[in-house]
Amino acid sequence: MDTLEAVGLTRRYGDRVAVDGLSFRVARGEVLGLLGPNGAGKTTTFAMLAGLLAADGGHLLVDGEKLAPGARSLRARMGVVFQHPSVDAKLTARENLDMGAMLYGVPAREARDRINWALDLVGLADRAGDQVETFSGGMRRRLELARVLLHRPEILLLDEPTQGLDISAARRIWAELLEIKQKERLTILLTTHSPEEAEHCDRILVLDKGKTIARGTPDELREKVGGDVVVIGSDDPESVVVQLKEKLSIDARVAEGLVVFAQVNAHELVPRVVEALPHGTVKSVAMHRASIGDVFLELTGKTIDGADAEEAEILERRKNKAAAKREARP
Amino acid sequence: MTPKVERLSHAAPARPSLLAFDLAVIRVLWKRDLVRFFRQRSRIVGALAQPLIFWAMMGSGFAPSFRIPGAEGVGYMQYFFPGIVTMTILFTAIFSTMSLIEDRREGFMQAILAGPGSRTAAVLGKVLGSTSLAILQAGAVLLLAPLAGYSVGAIAWPLLVAHLLLASIALCGIGFAFAWWLNSTAAYHAVMSVVLLPAWILSGAMFPMTSGPGWMRTVVALNPLSYAATGVRRALAGGSLPQGLASSSTVTELSVAVGMAVFGVAVATWVCARNSASS
Repeated sequence: MDTLEAVGLTRRYGDRVAVDGLSFRVARGEVLGLLGPNGAGKTTTFAMLAGLLAADGGHLLVDGEKLAPGARSLRARMGVVFQHPSVDAKLTARENLDMGAMLYGVPAREARDRINWALDLVGLADRAGDQVETFSGGMRRRLELARVLLHRPEILLLDEPTQGLDISAARRIWAELLEIKQKERLTILLTTHSPEEAEHCDRILVLDKGKTIARGTPDELREKVGGDVVVIGSDDPESVVVQLKEKLSIDARVAEGLVVFAQVNAHELVPRVVEALPHGTVKSVAMHRASIGDVFLELTGKTIDGADAEEAEILERRKNKAAAKREARP
Repeated sequence: MTPKVERLSHAAPARPSLLAFDLAVIRVLWKRDLVRFFRQRSRIVGALAQPLIFWAMMGSGFAPSFRIPGAEGVGYMQYFFPGIVTMTILFTAIFSTMSLIEDRREGFMQAILAGPGSRTAAVLGKVLGSTSLAILQAGAVLLLAPLAGYSVGAIAWPLLVAHLLLASIALCGIGFAFAWWLNSTAAYHAVMSVVLLPAWILSGAMFPMTSGPGWMRTVVALNPLSYAATGVRRALAGGSLPQGLASSSTVTELSVAVGMAVFGVAVATWVCARNSASS
């Protein structure tokens, strides 16, 4: 496979459009990340590509050949790593791998070599005979990664590959992923809501509410924000925004109680900002090089975590409404 | 420690045929259910103890007052035993398919669905796995047949095996369909207590329905499980039943059993394929 292209992928739940005409293109050996908060449509996209969910519209082009998302011929060439690993806890690591090889039709002789290779790669060779229920979350995910490599997939599809893992486990997964990508010239497609994780990607698609709001390499995205980000803590953020505009012509905004603006070479500006504001207004000033997370903030006025919280609130409200309706029934 | 990593060929391998993928799915799901079953001893004990306790308790309670017109020679322990065998099958099917709900959301089934196998193969593999467990457990219960007054030599074994297999396939298929469609353990529990357990009680498994009110006899006649229960009872009795128990004929019982098995697998396949990507 040289290119995988998605054209107009769409999925609705009732009248809510979860994925709204999503298009992207990824070349062999590239890592493409779908970044966004919960509810942005990442997991729905993942499920459509993995064949777990039918698309309401759109198609894929694999080297120009038109295929339905999740088509069997594509599933045979893909390796899918789930957020909740799909390895069976009651089976041993090796049994899980045996079954993984079988599912993708790897001949038994070849499977044995391939399984040993994969166990070595993810550092689980000494635990091959242990039941997976004795494994940590990171080990389970590594085992899952080993399993989906057995049939030499051309595309790896990963859903939040390091979600819920501690930092060292997450680092290890990424080191292995990048090593595999290099060795096997794999195309990797992943969903993530961690801007730090998105830094590993060659290209990123930033999603919000089912739509692409930005795309590019991590550096291109950072440029969109314009250099550095300054964050000011204040008891009266609204008046700080007004004063910044009046006195320094800075377009700042309030995001989650903090005043935020982006500026090239912000370090020259920070002292003037503090001087310009009345004494006692500024409680804290922080400056950092723009991150991928700031891109989301810049485009939506929300942090990814903030958008997550909002989505959780919407879901909660919906749940309460449903519960109230149930109770109202005689 | 740096793991030793060999460099293997990068050429895209030749991919096997779609049929080979389907057979692999069936084999994997079947094997997995069996391995898991034998690895969880407590599950085996629980699955066997429950129907047996039920049999012993209900049996000793009802035995003294039990008398069926037209089948006076049949005691309650003997009457209830075939019911216990069908109950074992029903419960195995229920619990095995209930696990699908979690398995599909965050377990092994995700990998099956994302793999190259078809949905039909996933259904067949799961049904085959669950059916094997049901047969194993029913087989263990059947070891007690002599205690219930059935002589091992007199049992019509081919008929019995046919009924057990067909009933297992049917119930596993229906259980699969419910689990997939409801996609919630709580909802499945509701279906279990409102549909599946009443269907078992109204199959004549616990007590004969011939003496009940007219509507009840209609329900029994319409309940497919009645034919399975009577079929198992007939097979245990050696192929023929006393006139007071023979509510249907061998041919009817077998036809309903075949029909239900086909229906179960078909409805499970339909429900499973409905919302996922191409087959």
